[in-house]
Amino acid sequence: MSSSPAVRDHAPAEVHDAHEAGSFTLRGYLTGFAVAAVLTAAAFWVVMSGAIASPALAGAVVVALAIVQILVQTYAFLHVNARVQGGWTLLAYVFTAVMLVISIAGSLWIMQHLNTNMMPGMMIDPASQGP
Amino acid sequence: MTTPDPQEAAGAAPVFYQAEDAVHPGSATLLGFWIYLMSDALIFATLFATFGVLRSSFAGGPTPHELFDLGLVAVNTTILLVSALTCGLAMISLHAGKLGAVRLWLTVTALLGMAFVGIELGEFREMIAEGATPQRSGYLSGFFTLVGTHGLHVTFGVIWIAVMLVQLGQRGLHPDNRRRLLCLSMFWHFLDVIWIGVFTFVYLLGVV
Repeated sequence: MSSSPAVRDHAPAEVHDAHEAGSFTLRGYLTGFAVAAVLTAAAFWVVMSGAIASPALAGAVVVALAIVQILVQTYAFLHVNARVQGGWTLLAYVFTAVMLVISIAGSLWIMQHLNTNMMPGMMIDPASQGP
Repeated sequence: MTTPDPQEAAGAAPVFYQAEDAVHPGSATLLGFWIYLMSDALIFATLFATFGVLRSSFAGGPTPHELFDLGLVAVNTTILLVSALTCGLAMISLHAGKLGAVRLWLTVTALLGMAFVGIELGEFREMIAEGATPQRSGYLSGFFTLVGTHGLHVTFGVIWIAVMLVQLGQRGLHPDNRRRLLCLSMFWHFLDVIWIGVFTFVYLLGVV
């Protein structure tokens, strides 16, 4: 502890510059938290209250709320924007999002078609099989 | 006389960038840690895809309607979201150079993380007691793998916070500790982002 002030004099500026000083504000965190809380509450309310009768529509609303909240938290808490690290953080994020959508949507798509194209005789009712 | 000028200008530019690289030692670590987090996101992508493929493979076993208590999930979601805020408050205190506040908010974050894992383990124990084990059906295998991997990440996040509290006690807000804390905060916020996917696709869409 006694030796740290000498190092500390120039240290904050180093890490500060490296990670966008402007994004670490109380206001930024509180705004992000409030928006995330509202989006979470809305998603749970839609399902728990049964306000939307159609399950497909309710599901679509919940997924849309999740996507918005992921973007809000990425911006407010993870501080991803085009300026940090000269844009490389954002580039890696977008690349990951593309890979994520391809792997999840692709898997669901392929397995869905595999199931529907199975020969009728092979479609054994899972309930009758047992563990 | 005009020819040496471009050479001088060309020679000056690399010197500028080298100097900047030398002044920012934490920068490469933070970007590298971010790329690790993105690769971790791809692990979760495969687990989400597996869960999605197995989402109706109940094998006659329990379905989401019978298994989940959304009220409990809402409580756990709130706990994790508040812990994201307290982690952010720790980062604000870090930039203000307030060691005491950093340790306080990190401790609160760790306690909230432990509460989250505790409630999740309680949920798992109850499910297993009812016979809803990972072996029961493909759906439950996918569920326990996905949710369990997230819970394991949170557990390691809590361990990381404990280690940082020890290191802060030893060396205070040393530049090395600052860099580690910035990585820790990225890790913690990343887990909260993954949890959005978990509570939406596993719990809410399972019951809707």
